Amino acid sequence: MTWVIAVCGVLLTIGVGFAIVRAEKGPSILDRTVALDIVVTTMIAAVALYAAIERRTDVVPVLVVLSLVGFVGSVTVARFASVEPEGEGRVRTREEVAAEDAARREAEEEAERRFAHADDEPEAAHPDVAGDTEEHGGAAEGEVR
Amino acid sequence: MSWDTVADVASAICMLGGAFLAFAAGVGVLKFPDLLSRMHAGTKPQVLGLVLVLIGLALRLRSGGAVWALVLVAIFQMLTAPVAAHMVGRAGYRTGKVRRDLLVVDELTQDLEEAREDD
Repeated sequence: MTWVIAVCGVLLTIGVGFAIVRAEKGPSILDRTVALDIVVTTMIAAVALYAAIERRTDVVPVLVVLSLVGFVGSVTVARFASVEPEGEGRVRTREEVAAEDAARREAEEEAERRFAHADDEPEAAHPDVAGDTEEHGGAAEGEVR
Repeated sequence: MSWDTVADVASAICMLGGAFLAFAAGVGVLKFPDLLSRMHAGTKPQVLGLVLVLIGLALRLRSGGAVWALVLVAIFQMLTAPVAAHMVGRAGYRTGKVRRDLLVVDELTQDLEEAREDD
């Protein structure tokens, strides 16, 4: 009986290890979700294995809860999965962040300058006001419908 | 050889089967090339593997109340696993995670194109 427990434990551990490697590598968020689903299922199997070894019936409610709750995560993530642009999941380097910050600051200064200019001629149309509604009420791009 | 020993041996065999399916899911999800085939690998321990492990546990516990709770676990898993798989597959198709060159049959794309032509 001891070697059965050992073999089961090793198989479950290796399976979870591979699933976690995929969750780390996974090119998209959905691949990670599938991998984490496998981690939850293997966890249920591990708890069942423990209950079988120790002949403990009080662990069984844990299994019921895990099997009920396990799918909530993947359903939630799948609902909010969207089209990721190429290279979105990458951590940016220091230089790229600095360049982006500089570009944003320049855009803000440009907008301010235009605003000050518009104050001189009250008749001129405000370019900022037109874009305002889009910025707050627009739908997320690439959202799953 | 008593019936208790027989039940314990059967339980050990079921447990080994379930653990092997969990291991196979890990290998599959790591090795397979795209989302749909990874989902296919992931469903192995979700239904058959879990049912095997639960049968093994029931044979080992051999008490009425606990066994009914285990039946409940299997039913809940069979109810919720397809929901999750459906949501993930749908989101994967709509966000372009499906690799068309690996598919043998792609009826959804065909149907969508026909529906678009009918408009």
